Amino acid sequence: MIAKIGWFLLALFGACCLGVLALRRGEPVSALWLVAATVSIFFIAYRFYARFVAEKALGIDATRATPAVLRNDGLDYVPTDRRIVFGHHFAAIAGAGPLVGPVLAAQMGYLPGTLWILFGVILAGAVQDFMILFFSLRRDGRSLGEMVRSEIGPAAGVIAMIGVLMIMFIILAVLALVVVKALTISPWGTFTVAMTIPIALLMGLYLRFFRPGRVLEVSLIGLVLLLLAIWLGGKVAADPAWASAFALDGKALAWMLIAYGFCASVLPVWLLLAPRDYLSTFLKIGTVVLLAIGIVFAMPDLRMPALTRFVDGTGPVFAGELFPFLFITIACGAVSGWHSLISSGTTPKLLANEKDARLVGYGAMLMEAFVAIMALIAACVLDPGVYFAMNAPAALIGTSVESAAQAIGHLGFVVTPAQLADTARDIGETTILSRAGGAPTLAVGMAEILQSLVPGEGALAFWYHYAILFEALFILTTVDAGTRVGRFMIQELAGLAVPALRRTESWLANVVATLLCVGCWGWFLYQGVADPLGGINTLWPLFGIANQMLAAIALTFACVCLVRMKRERYLWVALVPTAWLAICTLTAGWRKVFSGDIKIGFVAHARLFAGELDQGRLLAPAKSLAEMREIVRNDYIDATLAAIFMLLVAAMLVFGARAALAARRSRVATARETPYVALSGAAP
Amino acid sequence: MKPSALRRAWRHCVAAARRMIGVPDYDTFVAHLRARHPERPVPTYAEFFRERQEARYRGTGGRCC
Repeated sequence: MIAKIGWFLLALFGACCLGVLALRRGEPVSALWLVAATVSIFFIAYRFYARFVAEKALGIDATRATPAVLRNDGLDYVPTDRRIVFGHHFAAIAGAGPLVGPVLAAQMGYLPGTLWILFGVILAGAVQDFMILFFSLRRDGRSLGEMVRSEIGPAAGVIAMIGVLMIMFIILAVLALVVVKALTISPWGTFTVAMTIPIALLMGLYLRFFRPGRVLEVSLIGLVLLLLAIWLGGKVAADPAWASAFALDGKALAWMLIAYGFCASVLPVWLLLAPRDYLSTFLKIGTVVLLAIGIVFAMPDLRMPALTRFVDGTGPVFAGELFPFLFITIACGAVSGWHSLISSGTTPKLLANEKDARLVGYGAMLMEAFVAIMALIAACVLDPGVYFAMNAPAALIGTSVESAAQAIGHLGFVVTPAQLADTARDIGETTILSRAGGAPTLAVGMAEILQSLVPGEGALAFWYHYAILFEALFILTTVDAGTRVGRFMIQELAGLAVPALRRTESWLANVVATLLCVGCWGWFLYQGVADPLGGINTLWPLFGIANQMLAAIALTFACVCLVRMKRERYLWVALVPTAWLAICTLTAGWRKVFSGDIKIGFVAHARLFAGELDQGRLLAPAKSLAEMREIVRNDYIDATLAAIFMLLVAAMLVFGARAALAARRSRVATARETPYVALSGAAP
Repeated sequence: MKPSALRRAWRHCVAAARRMIGVPDYDTFVAHLRARHPERPVPTYAEFFRERQEARYRGTGGRCC
């Protein structure tokens, strides 16, 4: 009874906090309201909805032996303490996605992003992660692709596989682009990020030869060296000769990243890839905790309005209205298809009991959504004028602080040229204009929050570059590890046609597949860097569509599984998010391809440029006929890609519906689970 | 808190940190080997670590964006 009253009071408190956020107009709101609303809503969702999904919809059985227990080998399958599995799972799902999406979405104000993250995660994102984890637990820890093949059919399995490979290329390209945007003409940032390579090499050698396997001590050494590199970066930026050596433009940085991705994934993993991975994992967890502490103690005000007029689709950061574009801009954080791969990877092989799946699957995703909320807070504590100066493309605001301040005035936000110049100086950079991509905005927001905890001379510049380094470090880890994974996928797929390519130990097959993989994401990266509209404008929606497409595929599979288990009564738990994601991806994809608005539709944009090209005229931002032709070609490739994503979703929906109808006609459950073994009867 | 409880908590944290980077608990593995496969040689921690490091990056298993 007392517990019930407690939960009721918590619900009331959460509702009040949300009310304050939604109704306050004209004056700044403390970010603490947002944190309090989020935390209380998540606790209630975990206690009630997650429990309902676990006990009623899925029928979790605590007496049933898990793959970890049945196949315990001490290595891949190990029954592990659920708190440790939670940490493992959270570290695997948390990445740059939830940090970038909310920052971009802040152009519509803090309210739309907040509501989508809160309700998206409770009803879609966490449900997806939890369900896929559960289905994999009941199927020997199989991967999503294998499960789709066995429950829906081989054709659907191939669709899922192609979907995963395509989303991989887009993710790598867009994340690499975020790094390029953050480091362009920034000697301090470029120097510190470049220093992570020798630091990682040193750590790799130390771990291999000097103190084998001593991960924690080598990570501490690495952290100290990183902090030294940030300090040294400040000296480099202050010295004109050194600064000019590290002031690189976007194209040079793109080529370097491409070369780096190739080298890191071909070299032995212990030398560069693994140590860098360790460092970035620990830094990621540490920084997330630091940011949470910072927000709670600094209690910053949200200076961005609750709603801006850009909900109508005229915003400078990304084009398109609230529906459907907000729902693909914030992908990770609310719902991320990529997680379905993690939930059906290592995690199901570690759970000691089925009932732990609620904490690990649902709980870890709530935690990720909390990270997304913190990123949203960091973007919204900035002065809105500064936010738009940092995120609007140069084509719109020009390249001087005067032109930017004037253009932002026209957008309806007040900022003075001096304010923009001062902000750049305070963070130790020459300019903050048009640094799209989310990372620099987040870094300025984080720096302001952390600076109020640890103030001092030059603290803002230090924290800014710390935040840039933290993001670049784990994005680069995703880039090199992702390139390696992509290479294996290509070898698997290409091996169907040319068996020689399948031999992962062959040096030639290895280099060919890596080149192919790097070439695919590198092409999109280079196109994004060369794009005068900033690239993020084009690539981020494609990434969002791809990621939500994968979520729609995973959730369709979850629907089919529920029907095959004869649990149709609870089908809505998976069907509602499936329908919503299918509607969002299909509408967004359709608009990206066919919209007549040249800011949104790829084909309309291509037609406009092709028309002018036929007349022999140039159209800004192109500076030559060759650039005109390039713009037209890129538009058609992007349109094709969006169309392919739509086709994949549509095909999957058809296959899923067919499998579900067939299962409905059957009188018995047809889900292909591994047979029941009682937990006590399992091998010790 | 008693020293033994403190030590246990620390061991727990170390195991959690190692698990995050894909290294399973060495003691659990050794216990498993001794109990189930007494005929097999027990690797040192360094050998165990090296094998697990290679294994983490071998397949097509992903990580997130």
